[in-house]
Amino acid sequence: MGLLSKQFDDGNIVLTSVEGVLNWARLCSLWQMSFGLACCAIEMMAASASHNDIMRFGVLPRPSPRQCDVMIVAGTVTLKMATRLKRLYEQMAEPRYVVSMGSCSNCGGPYWEHGYHVLKGVDRVVPVDVYIPGCPPRPEALLEGWMRLQEKVREFTLVKPEGQHA
Amino acid sequence: MPKSMNEIFDYLNSLFPEAALQFDEAVPCVIVPAALIKEVALQARDDQELLFDTLMCLSGVDNADETLGAVYHLDSMTHRHKLTLKVIVPATAPHIPSVDRVWRIAEWHEREAFDLIGVIFDGNSDLRRILLPEDWEGHPLRKDYEVPEFYNGMKVPY
Ligand code: SF4
Repeated sequence: MGLLSKQFDDGNIVLTSVEGVLNWARLCSLWQMSFGLACCAIEMMAASASHNDIMRFGVLPRPSPRQCDVMIVAGTVTLKMATRLKRLYEQMAEPRYVVSMGSCSNCGGPYWEHGYHVLKGVDRVVPVDVYIPGCPPRPEALLEGWMRLQEKVREFTLVKPEGQHA
Repeated sequence: MPKSMNEIFDYLNSLFPEAALQFDEAVPCVIVPAALIKEVALQARDDQELLFDTLMCLSGVDNADETLGAVYHLDSMTHRHKLTLKVIVPATAPHIPSVDRVWRIAEWHEREAFDLIGVIFDGNSDLRRILLPEDWEGHPLRKDYEVPEFYNGMKVPY
């Protein structure tokens, strides 16, 4: 929306749509549920650290699913964990998003063939919004994925589709 | 005084003359009959000549010849010597007496060997699965293990 990057010469009224302002507020404060499961979690932590500083996107890591908008699945999802992961996802308030970070959570990664205990893709249990490739993806890739997610939130609409009745 | 594994074997042999301990030269270790492992372990821990106070590792093994086993890596902080014990049991009745009362750390190691290989450690105070979910079927590190098609409604193969 670029709302804040514009210069306001006079007046203190900004005109926008409800949707526009709500989406803008949401995409600038996507709180993250820490879901570091394996080596990818190290890169996720690096994205939070000072060099990449994912907090400038309004990302706050929260320990409770009820306070979170986005789950970053960073690492190997075992079948044992998948059960818990699904439960935690269900505890998040809607609208909720899932970022699948790294090959493991995209498709099983190095364990795709012999990992009897690994879920071959977290999209088998929860819907995924953004997939980030890499083993592990660099923090930059996570930031890129995050911006893709922001684009997605920006397009979110509250208006009911035409022809649909309450 | 540190002893070599050969010397330890001779010493153990003199203590357990009827146990038919064997020494495996290829991978230096002492093969102990399953029924005697607890006695041998206690002796190894408490004998002033041996004093194996540390169980460094306990592993389960599938020998791929219808036998399973457990391998015990022992270390003595006092004498600075090491010993490897091995127990081999038939895969159809893989029972080994637990040594968790000899070295407390054995409890978790035995649970892991039970979880992944399926060796049953009789007398272990808490022989549950330790890594896999409790409702998992089978022991995945067995050579003849078949990966299940589904686990709790989730497809397992790629
Ligand atoms: S994708 Fe690679 S780096 Fe990431 S958790 Fe899997 S193995 Fe580790």
